[in-house]
Amino acid sequence: MMAVYKLKTPISEEDVRKLKVNDVLYVTGTIVTARDQAHRRALEFFKQGKPLPLNLEGLAVFHCGPVVSKEGDKWTAVAAGPTTSTRMDLFEDEFIKDFKVRVVIGKGGMGKRTTDAMAKYGAVYGAFTGGAAILAARAIKNVKRVEWLDLGTPEALWVFEVEEFGPLAVAIDSHGNNIFMDVAKTVEANKAKVYQKLGILP
Amino acid sequence: MTSVFKTEKRQDISTRFFHKATHFGGRKTLETAKIVESVAFNILKQAVIFLPNDVKRVLEKAYAEETSDTGKTQLKAILDNIELAEKYQAPVCQDTGTIIFYIKAGAKAKDLDKVEQALINAVKRATKEVPLRPNAVDPFTGKNSGDNTGRNIPYLNWEIVPGDQIEMTVMTKGGGSENVCVGGMIVPGEGINGLKKFVVEAVVKAGAQPCPPNILGIAVGGGADISMKLAKKALLRPLNEPNPDPELAKLEKEIFEAVNMTGIGPMGLGGKTTVLGVRIDYAFRHPASFPAAVAFNCWAARRATARINADGTVEYLTHKLKW
Repeated sequence: MMAVYKLKTPISEEDVRKLKVNDVLYVTGTIVTARDQAHRRALEFFKQGKPLPLNLEGLAVFHCGPVVSKEGDKWTAVAAGPTTSTRMDLFEDEFIKDFKVRVVIGKGGMGKRTTDAMAKYGAVYGAFTGGAAILAARAIKNVKRVEWLDLGTPEALWVFEVEEFGPLAVAIDSHGNNIFMDVAKTVEANKAKVYQKLGILP
Repeated sequence: MTSVFKTEKRQDISTRFFHKATHFGGRKTLETAKIVESVAFNILKQAVIFLPNDVKRVLEKAYAEETSDTGKTQLKAILDNIELAEKYQAPVCQDTGTIIFYIKAGAKAKDLDKVEQALINAVKRATKEVPLRPNAVDPFTGKNSGDNTGRNIPYLNWEIVPGDQIEMTVMTKGGGSENVCVGGMIVPGEGINGLKKFVVEAVVKAGAQPCPPNILGIAVGGGADISMKLAKKALLRPLNEPNPDPELAKLEKEIFEAVNMTGIGPMGLGGKTTVLGVRIDYAFRHPASFPAAVAFNCWAARRATARINADGTVEYLTHKLKW
């Protein structure tokens, strides 16, 4: 059955392991955006033994390139929905292992490598509704800081203070379950019906 | 479709820019450029904040009819988000897209040579003031221009029509749905069945990536480039406007019902709402070729249209002007 969880960062491995696919999660605390470029750079830093601008342990990483505005020195997140996570599949298993993030927030799902890493190290994937940028921005109470702005505003590391950020559909849990992979199987099975409806042979 | 037009009076604009216009020696010329810029700014702002009514109605219907719990949660978040965007006058999605204009230029309209620069100016201004996310990146250096302009961007599609009006439509096209657009060649012998397969495979392969529920623009014929252009342009036809060709209307309905049986659902989390609509267009084809294209649009199907009359008055055709 679908349960609703509200977790505060830093999130422990024990707490994150309670979550199961189809649960609904709201996160309060600190979430950090990272897209392709930031993932790549973070992993390079780790290999070179350089510290990241902030410790990500127990935090949520958010696949997002926000619309931001700046007044004086103060940044505001105007619109901040998720970007397609599949692009980060390349990096996420190492990212989870190296930095011990507990929640990965995005849209579109992630593959087997990430699912395995989430099971091994204890993390979940929370699907935020794609395009629901204002719903997300309203939950962002404060832009705490921004790092790596040289990558461009969409690719920088934005550190957000959030309150009940969600609803996140737990779509990959730390027990090897992945809704997107399940849906893909269902879709494959439904194809025969779809072709029949269109009056053609598969 | 709303029938309430807000008319911006040429009077205000000519007063505001009179001084500069005199300075440049050709008042009328500068006026057209300024009107185009101001109207383009307005439709851009309208498009990114307020979804067209036809899209909203179909999303509401989908929410009422969705049977999957997770799918329903997603559609609820979408509807809540649309309302919040309107309330706070902020872009409905943070990916404010690649900016594409479709211009119907009356053959007798004045100063058409000023339109391109005016549109570029409008995009730069909207990027700062709305604001929009800077989404124009040099493919070779990786450098973001920061203002949503660059070589060939915004992209302008020109059409010359009779008359002296200029009608402009803006589409702000999200990257997630763009990434799964496909063009290809069907074996002519397979005909429409080949097209149906092509579409189903595209939707299944796209899965959760293009922010379903999507709108599908489908086109065949012409050539590789022509079919894709027509497919993308087909996305502009409102969801409450049936295809004028009854056979194509039937095919649209058939594909709509079929792909909604895939089970991909809202955001690919499962459910029966995978597409909100299917729009088909075509060109005649070479006997040996059957080009086909599927252009995906996300649920945040942003577009807005306005018409500038020869006397400088403006009609906003898809949205009321709310600022």
